[in-house]
Amino acid sequence: MRAYLPDYELRAPRSLTDALALLAREPGGWRAFAGGTDLMVLLEAGLLTHRKFLSIWHLPELKGIEVANDHVTLGALTTYTEVQRDETMRREFPLLGAAARETGGIAIQNRGTLGGNIVNASPAADSPPALLVYDAELELVSTRGTRLLPYREFHTGYKQMNMQSDELLTRIRLPRTTGDLKTYYRKVGTRKAQAISKVCFAAGARMNDGRIADVRLALGSVAPTVVRCTQTEELLRNQTIDEATTKAAREMLMTEITPIDDMRSTADYRLNVAANLLADFLRQLKHT
Amino acid sequence: MKRKKDRGAKGNAPDAAERESSAAEHESCADELIQLLSEDGAARRRFLKQTLLAGGGLAAANLLFSYHARASAHTSAAADAAAAPSNKLSTIPVTLRVNGRDYPLQLEPQVMLLDALRERIGLTGSKKGCDRGQCGACTVLADGHRINSCLALAASYDGAEITTIEGLARGDELHPLQAAFIKHDGFQCGYCTPGQIMSAAGLLREGCPTGMTVRECMSGNICRCGAYNGILAAIEEVRGSKA
Repeated sequence: MRAYLPDYELRAPRSLTDALALLAREPGGWRAFAGGTDLMVLLEAGLLTHRKFLSIWHLPELKGIEVANDHVTLGALTTYTEVQRDETMRREFPLLGAAARETGGIAIQNRGTLGGNIVNASPAADSPPALLVYDAELELVSTRGTRLLPYREFHTGYKQMNMQSDELLTRIRLPRTTGDLKTYYRKVGTRKAQAISKVCFAAGARMNDGRIADVRLALGSVAPTVVRCTQTEELLRNQTIDEATTKAAREMLMTEITPIDDMRSTADYRLNVAANLLADFLRQLKHT
Repeated sequence: MKRKKDRGAKGNAPDAAERESSAAEHESCADELIQLLSEDGAARRRFLKQTLLAGGGLAAANLLFSYHARASAHTSAAADAAAAPSNKLSTIPVTLRVNGRDYPLQLEPQVMLLDALRERIGLTGSKKGCDRGQCGACTVLADGHRINSCLALAASYDGAEITTIEGLARGDELHPLQAAFIKHDGFQCGYCTPGQIMSAAGLLREGCPTGMTVRECMSGNICRCGAYNGILAAIEEVRGSKA
């Protein structure tokens, strides 16, 4: 049943400084609320356990895409629509645009944010695998200061994050070193659109002289968190792409991920689909 | 309906729209509806035009009712909302600019834009379908962009330019999209129609990026009756004539 709205409290601080001060005063008391595209679903289902919310939607400090020489910085409030429309993002980070395009419908893409997708910490989220491939870094800010953390170290378990209760995710930083990767993104769900992933696969690689010089594989919905499959990457590095390599990589990938049976799919289906997607990626890589 | 009762029982202030909905009015709406539905096709088309002008799709009784609610809302909604006693949380002043008109309201900060539009202002054209951003029935334009008003906090759109289905027609003249939806039978039950049309209006403004089909650019607006062919034909026609 839907939650009873007057039980909830919402505040909209004037600035990032005010927001951080409130978080510092009552650590764990307030939960950030941006586009609301995840939180409102929980509210409707009566599952929103938190009662006090901090609207950050209007904070200018968390908006905008900035392009510097060696990296691109995305404000945590960057929407899926903005990711798809930004020229640098389209050119250098196509996996993120592909993920954004398959997240919800257009109205959701206009409100859903990258920062929200990250801190909602769903293992089935669509943009995190892309962020993992691009070696994204997160900027976390509190009244105590600012720290930069590799995104790879952010999720520590199912819905667990390396984030303190007085911190806000403010920016996502992408090194501009991946523009030449051959990329592959595929989300497998019940339908082509408007579905939550059964398996989500993002990958990028560079070939050099017929061999795989660099490869990055990231998956969603196959473990308690989104994952980079470093062992499979290791196995593939410096290899040519042939049947034996593909077979070995498939097998390695299936040991590296730990999917479960749930309402959307089965562990068995996810293992096989993940391996098939890897094979498809390698096939495409070979022919480009 | 049940939800409303639940809220009322917990001592929430009745809202402007609720106050207008006497049982007698509902009955007379039902009579009107039966008459309309038993008439010929021309009458049906007249009726559909009327409902679109009034604010969208069917749930016909609700729509006819919205005429009444709207008429009185224009004079009383803002004042009523301002005077409504708060339950237990303090309210904040929010001015919603909807269809070119300012509505100064006192709202609890956690009130959703859709609820503010429907229950405080009395504009019931935007529909509550899933109330969780999956169906698109509540789609409105905020500063020209499509949003699910069921997920948006009203307070965060203070001062923004909101357009709802009620704001599309110019007097008796339908917006081209509304006319095209009628022409192509872009609906059956009509409940999703206000959202479909507002989403299409957003699409016309934003454009459909190369490589994307109109179908994909309308992603997020679900039609349970499956009137997609008519919906797409209507949008394609209007896009074509604009180009």
